[in-house]
Amino acid sequence: MENKSKEWPIWEIFIRSKNGLEHKHVGSLHAADAEMAIENARDVYTRRQEGVSIWAVESIHITASNPENSGELFEPAKDKVYRHPTFYELPIELKHI
Amino acid sequence: MKNNIHDLEEKFQARIDAGEKIEPKDWMPEKYRKTHIRQISQHAHSEIVGMLPEGNWITRAPSLRRKLGLLAKVQDEAGHGLYLYSAAETLGISRDQMFDQLHTGKAKYSSIFNYPTLSWADIGAIGWLVDGAAIINQVMLTRTSFGPYARAMVRICKEESFHQRQGYEIMLGLCRGTEEQKEMAQDALNRFWWPSLMMFGPKDEDSPNTEQSVKWKIKRKTNDELRQEFIDITVPQADFLGLKMPDPDLKWNEERGHYDFGEIDWDEFWQVVKGNGPCNKERLKARTDAWDEGAWVRDAANAYAEKQSLKKQSENNKKIAS
Amino acid sequence: MDNSLYQYLLILGDNSMILGHRLSELCGHGPTLETDIALTNISLDLFGQVRSYFQYAAKIADSEQTEDSIAFLRTERKYRNVLLVEQENVDFAHVIVRQFLFDGFHKLLLEQLMQSKDETISAIAHKSIKESKYHYRFSGDWLKRLGDGTEVSHKKAQDALNKLYPFTNEFFLESDIEKEMSAKGIGPNLNILKETYYSNIHQIIAEANLTLPIEKQRVAKGKLGYHTENLGYILAELQYMQRTYPNMQW
Repeated sequence: MENKSKEWPIWEIFIRSKNGLEHKHVGSLHAADAEMAIENARDVYTRRQEGVSIWAVESIHITASNPENSGELFEPAKDKVYRHPTFYELPIELKHI
Repeated sequence: MKNNIHDLEEKFQARIDAGEKIEPKDWMPEKYRKTHIRQISQHAHSEIVGMLPEGNWITRAPSLRRKLGLLAKVQDEAGHGLYLYSAAETLGISRDQMFDQLHTGKAKYSSIFNYPTLSWADIGAIGWLVDGAAIINQVMLTRTSFGPYARAMVRICKEESFHQRQGYEIMLGLCRGTEEQKEMAQDALNRFWWPSLMMFGPKDEDSPNTEQSVKWKIKRKTNDELRQEFIDITVPQADFLGLKMPDPDLKWNEERGHYDFGEIDWDEFWQVVKGNGPCNKERLKARTDAWDEGAWVRDAANAYAEKQSLKKQSENNKKIAS
Repeated sequence: MDNSLYQYLLILGDNSMILGHRLSELCGHGPTLETDIALTNISLDLFGQVRSYFQYAAKIADSEQTEDSIAFLRTERKYRNVLLVEQENVDFAHVIVRQFLFDGFHKLLLEQLMQSKDETISAIAHKSIKESKYHYRFSGDWLKRLGDGTEVSHKKAQDALNKLYPFTNEFFLESDIEKEMSAKGIGPNLNILKETYYSNIHQIIAEANLTLPIEKQRVAKGKLGYHTENLGYILAELQYMQRTYPNMQW
């Protein structure tokens, strides 16, 4: 095809399904600008009353951790059992603690 | 050296065997990536080409209620195409590249959409049979190993639950209607039954990719297994409508616990796959026309966005300067 | 039956139906998937409104009517939509300009109808106003993108505006029915809306870097049932099933 147009950038869409809950990633879409990203997200991702609030972030602005580093990033947390309540031993008859 | 390809592949397979999901930035064999790009984009193309045969009846829908149902359904298909293109984009191919493959005939889509919709009953038959067949495939795919594909499938399956019901309700209305309406329903079933069975792809023995796909948990059942599942579910639904399946060899096999069925016309299947079906040319033309005629619109939005961001920048600069 | 109210509901419903029909022709053919989905959403909103108006009309009709008999079984002269909404899609610029010119009016009309003394109309307007506001935002944003986008898009948008703007005059030509509804407090006095309408849309047209056409109005009597030749073709499709298979349920 002659004269190829530039593709609209990709945006990541986050939706709050109802007040009290956090925004959650639901997927992505293409939009030329921020307003359009919100409008497209409304039409694409909230057709069935899935949301009360939308965040749109252009994908290139997201910094992601590298899976190759997931060992050093996440595994050290594995053996820190003292961060969990079950690490601490208390008599069973004790209530509300 | 721990990172040679063979080790990586073994580790990868071990993850899949353990039921772990693969995410886009994880290491994966090049063939796994390519297979997914091919399969997900084909699936996406099927959704958007699939809008055309049904879209054909939107302006002629027989009642306001039916019109809304059909419009919403065809719109959903655009949404499903979008979710799937997004899933494929995580693997490093752009939507434009995928469209290009579709428009140049390099990429395939489900052959069923190369059949024409000739009566209102066809809209019922498509919802009932084509969506019914698609759902069987898609439910399996919600458990596929590639995370973005599986997630798209979960969303799609949730939304699609109304599609098949919509189709069946149309058929039910026709079958409870006048003689003329019932004939219309039977005719639609006659035309769409065999192409629906073809949707599951060639027989297992002629499907060389199946083994690898099962190993990678892209597919969890073979074409023939899925096809049989569909037939077993659908025959009683046809009975309920009082319609006759267009297959004289179709009968319950007590021993197997499944329906036996006649031979599919694989010549026709391959003809349609190769582009010689009743509507291949028209479907592709509709897509390329929409794309080509939309080019100036997409350009305009880009140009406007650029101007706006320049304007914002210079306003900011002015503020800083003052 | 209150024939004037009945006719008034046709004016309101037919505008939504014929515009909804035009948009539904585009489903599957949009310039991007996202835009395709957005335009279909507008079409769905409009058809939803049609059902509300016609269900109400069927209820107050003397003869046995249903929303579908009202929607599908009138002859061409009995449709009361304004001519703007039956104009052809032509290209995306025409679609957006037509939508924008209608939305700007529709929003103002619905704001007034929320105050209608007729409770059902008021309730329909309360529901529809939210939809209409969004449509106006959508079409206004797109008008700016096209008008202030590329040279090509600017020209297409200007051509569409030149062709379609003169139809807006018809919104404010009050038919006898509209006069009567206004006197009864059921519908608004359209003359009051005129100034606001033009000042609103002129502002956005200017922001879109477009200019007003030299010809600003034309003879248009859609509300009286005198249509352009487009409507006959729309009805041929719209009514196909109901006409070919009379008295059947679908």
